[in-house]
Amino acid sequence: MPAPSPAARGALVLLAHQVRYDVLASLRNPRARFFTFFFPILLLVIFTGVFGNGMTRIDGVRVKLSHFYVPGILAMSIVLAAYAGLVVSIATLRETGVLKRRRATPAPPALLIAGQALATVLIVVVMATILLTIGKLLYGVGMAPAALAALACTSVVGALTFACLGYAVSGVIGSPDSAQPIVQATTMPLWFISGVFIPTANLGGTLRTVGEFFPVQHLAAGLQLAAVHDTFASAISVSDLLMLAAWGIAAAAFAAWRFSWLPSTATA
Amino acid sequence: MKRGAAARSLLAMLTNSLDAAVAQRNGAPSEDTNLTRRDAPPGEPVIVIEALRKRYGDREAVRGIDLEVRGGEIFAFLGPNGAGKTTTVEILEGFRRASAGRVEVLGVDPWRAPSAWRERIGIVLQESEAEPGLTVRECVELYAGYYRAPRDVEQTLALVALGDQQQVRASALSGGQRRRLDVALALIGDPELIFLDEPTTGFDPSARRAAWEVIAGLRALGKTVFLTTHYMEEAERLADRIAVIVAGEIVAQGTPQTLGDRQLTRTRITFVPPRGTCVADLPAVLAEHGELDVGGQIVLSSARVADDLHALTGWALERGLDLEDLEVRHPTLEDVYLSLTAENQSLPMTNNNLRS
Repeated sequence: MPAPSPAARGALVLLAHQVRYDVLASLRNPRARFFTFFFPILLLVIFTGVFGNGMTRIDGVRVKLSHFYVPGILAMSIVLAAYAGLVVSIATLRETGVLKRRRATPAPPALLIAGQALATVLIVVVMATILLTIGKLLYGVGMAPAALAALACTSVVGALTFACLGYAVSGVIGSPDSAQPIVQATTMPLWFISGVFIPTANLGGTLRTVGEFFPVQHLAAGLQLAAVHDTFASAISVSDLLMLAAWGIAAAAFAAWRFSWLPSTATA
Repeated sequence: MKRGAAARSLLAMLTNSLDAAVAQRNGAPSEDTNLTRRDAPPGEPVIVIEALRKRYGDREAVRGIDLEVRGGEIFAFLGPNGAGKTTTVEILEGFRRASAGRVEVLGVDPWRAPSAWRERIGIVLQESEAEPGLTVRECVELYAGYYRAPRDVEQTLALVALGDQQQVRASALSGGQRRRLDVALALIGDPELIFLDEPTTGFDPSARRAAWEVIAGLRALGKTVFLTTHYMEEAERLADRIAVIVAGEIVAQGTPQTLGDRQLTRTRITFVPPRGTCVADLPAVLAEHGELDVGGQIVLSSARVADDLHALTGWALERGLDLEDLEVRHPTLEDVYLSLTAENQSLPMTNNNLRS
């Protein structure tokens, strides 16, 4: 008698089943491996190596720039894993008919999507652990346990927000070829004006205001609190989380309206 | 060479495990092979389409079609590109909503079907690539997890002759192998009804033959198969019944033998007239239904082939004449299809960019 299938054992088992294969697929994808893992580590080493001993202010506290770059690059890695990764992979899966084929099975569509979002969160957790370990060992950027808990909360909210944005944007992309340029165009400028590459204190008023409109700045600012505060309450920023959530909900609503399981050529 | 062996192992498996089931369904011990067309009466209706219409904006891709597919049959749905084939299939699969008319698949409107309905259907899409990053076995295991009572993974891979490729990345398979993986993914839930959308497009002849054996094997499993194809030979080999759609309308329905009144069509006997002869020189029984075609050949449309040939060759022998390029030809399914589509191509829809 074979073991009951995941679908027969309930939604949670089926979800875990989907997450497992989605994580496996991401880990085996060379593009995802580079942009999600290698690229942020590279940038962290470069930025901290070049500027790490300079000083900046985070939430009024004067710290070395390495304390700014570790959470800042973590923010970037979350955006790359969730938003960039999903835009490219969803567009590819849709245009190659894989989404349509999955949708043809009895698996609930919401579960297929949740599986991918959760796989993203898992990958973010792994990536955060790597970046924080490097920060601690190489650059002495330590965090109190309560601050780490706050950072974890912000990371998960951020990962989900950017996963929603990934679904939303993938819905308006016609071909996988245009996914990569769109990802670059929508993220690259934000690294500079959202406190990821350059502290926002160094920016002019207009650029700072523009940066504050977009979600990347709120993710970076939220994560950076954990590098300078020791308690959960002071290391978490409710206003930044709300801003992220607002973007996430708007993106989810847009995705629900615009998302398609069928290749775009089929609607012609 | 792998494919031949693959198809044989598939056949062996099917024959061994399913003879009993086939025999039971046919109501008699089954002597014939699984690949021959069944003579048993057709089963219950599995797909019912009445007055189906589908509009995209102001273009009507499907313009009121009626179809019925019964349990256990292989039904071939033919038509040129842009005729409404894929639109119809996507409505049957629950991916698109009908603009008007009634559609029932396994007793349910596919657009409103619950997920349990999807347990009972399998779909092989026209264009779909492998799951990225996963091996052949992992792909099948992933899909097996979606169904409450999936088939055995190992056995299903053997069924499509991918038993030896289990650890290979699915993206590294050849075109024919990938298509067989698609069939495995469609079969893993043990469906009653399988949609195959142009399953052999782009195959070389030997891969096509191997795929046909797999599809014919589905019949032996008791599955109902809804097949769309461009290839007349494919429909002729596999299908119990055929419908032809042109410009959103069904222009003919029947068995491969009767489609477009093929069985009533006369056989053509053609030959180059021996030097110095013309139609009028032929025996009267032949001359009255013979004519000279533009290529200079005499064409006899014959209702009684043996009699007419006898008269013709007797006449030639008597005069010591040779019958150059003598050819006896009943219209092929392809001839019927081409004339059906040509007759109906003048309808307005065909120049649009609608997908088939």
